[in-house]
Amino acid sequence: MFKIIHAQFLAPGIKRFVIEAPRIARKQKPGQFVILRVYEEGERIPVTIENSDSEKGTINIVVQSAGKTTTLLNSLQTGDSILDVVGPLGKPSEIANYGTVVVVGGGVGTAMAYPTAAAMKRAGNRVLSIVGARNKELVILEKEMRAVSDALMITTDDGSYADKGFVTDKLRQLIENGTRIDLVVAIGPIVMMRAVSEVTRKENIHTVVSLNPIMIDGTGMCGGCRVLIDGKSEFACVDGPEFDAHKVNFEVLVQRNSIYRVAEQKSMEEYKHSLDHACAVEGEKR
Amino acid sequence: MNPASSRSKNTLAPRDRMKVPRQFMPEQPAEERAHNFKEVNLGYSSELAQQEALRCLECAKPTCTDNCPVGIDVKEFVQRIVIGDFLGAAAKIREANVLPAVTGRVCPQEDQCEGKCLLSKKVKPLGIGYLERFVADYEQRMGTHIVPKVQSSGKRVAVVGSGPSGLTVAGDLIQKGHKVRVFEALHEIGGVLVYGIPEFRLPKQIVREQIDYMRQMGVEFETDVVVGRTVTIDELLEEEGYDAVYIGTGAGLPQFMDISGEHLNRVYSANEFLTRINLMKAYEFPAYDEPMLDLHGKHVAVIGGGNTALDAIRSALRLGAEKAYVIYRRSDAEMPARAEEVHHARQEGIDFQMLTAPVEFLSDGKGWLQAAKCVRMELGEPDASGRRRPVPKAGSEFELPLSVAIIAIGTTANPIVQSTTPGLDTNKRGYIQASETTQRTSREGVFAGGDIVTGAATVILAMGAGRRAASSIHEYLTSGKW
Repeated sequence: MFKIIHAQFLAPGIKRFVIEAPRIARKQKPGQFVILRVYEEGERIPVTIENSDSEKGTINIVVQSAGKTTTLLNSLQTGDSILDVVGPLGKPSEIANYGTVVVVGGGVGTAMAYPTAAAMKRAGNRVLSIVGARNKELVILEKEMRAVSDALMITTDDGSYADKGFVTDKLRQLIENGTRIDLVVAIGPIVMMRAVSEVTRKENIHTVVSLNPIMIDGTGMCGGCRVLIDGKSEFACVDGPEFDAHKVNFEVLVQRNSIYRVAEQKSMEEYKHSLDHACAVEGEKR
Repeated sequence: MNPASSRSKNTLAPRDRMKVPRQFMPEQPAEERAHNFKEVNLGYSSELAQQEALRCLECAKPTCTDNCPVGIDVKEFVQRIVIGDFLGAAAKIREANVLPAVTGRVCPQEDQCEGKCLLSKKVKPLGIGYLERFVADYEQRMGTHIVPKVQSSGKRVAVVGSGPSGLTVAGDLIQKGHKVRVFEALHEIGGVLVYGIPEFRLPKQIVREQIDYMRQMGVEFETDVVVGRTVTIDELLEEEGYDAVYIGTGAGLPQFMDISGEHLNRVYSANEFLTRINLMKAYEFPAYDEPMLDLHGKHVAVIGGGNTALDAIRSALRLGAEKAYVIYRRSDAEMPARAEEVHHARQEGIDFQMLTAPVEFLSDGKGWLQAAKCVRMELGEPDASGRRRPVPKAGSEFELPLSVAIIAIGTTANPIVQSTTPGLDTNKRGYIQASETTQRTSREGVFAGGDIVTGAATVILAMGAGRRAASSIHEYLTSGKW
């Protein structure tokens, strides 16, 4: 059992948990993730590590409600526990002094981009960060990102905060302004990472993306997380999750992530139904 | 020469023993079991077990024991069954084997103990596996495990991986007085016994009982630890104060065929397919959250001819598959699966497409598998494995309509421990190098065995390596000499 020391919503549907996990806290490096299972009948899902505190023995994870498991997870509060948390998994980001690094975070992916931006800054890079979200409410970690960036640009799809548009607009601007960019790290929804990759491919700018395929064990055993890199199968859990964006077959990633859509929807509907039922019963009691 | 020893309790003359037919293992009817996950074999009654035990010729030089990777004293435990001392028989097995209820179910006995049984020269071999299973289950039902009391040595051993070899090391070393802690990457103890082998062949309750017994003996378990990531081998030795480490991390990354269309949806590795079903209980979706495709009315094929392949396809059948194929590129004779599993699978209606191999997976145009393009093979000259090499027959291509394909053609080495342990030598294929007699690696205090050393093999071979490792770790801990 892994105790939740603190739980707090960062935005509607996006929650940060501080979890007691001393072994993971000691080893976590930017770019890595954990797999967790909330309860006995639960599935295993990969989740972003935002930060860790090796002295306190805690890790921070950030979770966005999407299906049943993430919704259930986000219903947990300070003092509750998560049955299993395993990690840190995946290879850490390759942190070095590249020169100028553009770190792009999209939506909840910003939580995973943050430790990488911070580490890139510490390694002596000039860090230009771009954070994108659907709207003002969903912009997360602005203060944290600003603190580790030489410049922070924010875009919202609907223009409700900062500049209206997409992260790729900002990236293009940087390129058009003649900014020398040595590396782009993009973490977020697949469509965003693919769009960033298309922009930088033309300019021949080395770009790294963090992939989030369906995963079970996270140790290379099941092969469920295989992704097509340069036409070859690689496993996101042991060979990644970060890959050269220009070699990633995004189409296959999107296609493979859709395998269980029907089952996932069914699961979510039943969960919602059970919540409604529980609420109704609770209401009757009152 | 009379093979029966003078102290034999068996009153039958050897000639008459051969006249007793091999006792049939009661099983669920094929048409019934093809639709449920309950165990296929139901187990001997004590009458059947004693009747079967009477068949043992009690050879002066028992070849069965010589051919057992853990060296079980078969003759002795079978004699104890003859006189009705079932607990004594279990205790005898436990001297060599900490998981008798498991091995009695999953060992390829025909290649080991039973394969060399003297009876098999004339009649069917003694049902050693069935008898082993019987006494292990009997002991469990009686609930009378004797937990041996041992003097503590003050030494601590970390075991990495809780599969058959790790459990064997833990069980042997705890009985020698060492403190043992087993680290497991998954959330459940048992390794391949819980994620790989399905319920109908090895009920998980059996595995849990064996592990509970080890807990009673004092073995500690820690789940959710991926050694190499969560903690390294060096940290275990230097910071956590373990005196020795045993690496038994098992088979690694599933191999794919590198043919076109392998990335299509509904093309699985056997490991993923089986993990969803066994570890995550996806067949109980939506009671359990891990999703599984609805296989009702679907055509499913497994590619490969080993136990994993059969486990996967028989699971698919139980999940409602309308057609369930095994596609294997060689012939029956070369199939590595246990004979009993092949027999059971045929009874259940699995369609064996032998001397056949897929060359391409075809899409429905939207990224989902629709068919496999296959080619028929013929056997040519023997290859490096000594088996005749399959060669494609020209012009024999055909399309097999399929919704799901499961690839079960083996594994490659998992790199996590090797890549995070400096000075740990590996072979060309990336497996850890360890002595075949002592299981020592290139690093002092570090031992390794099972699939992470040999590549994918069997439960019992991994247990054999565990036994050798335990005795060599004990020697290292008591002598202090490397």
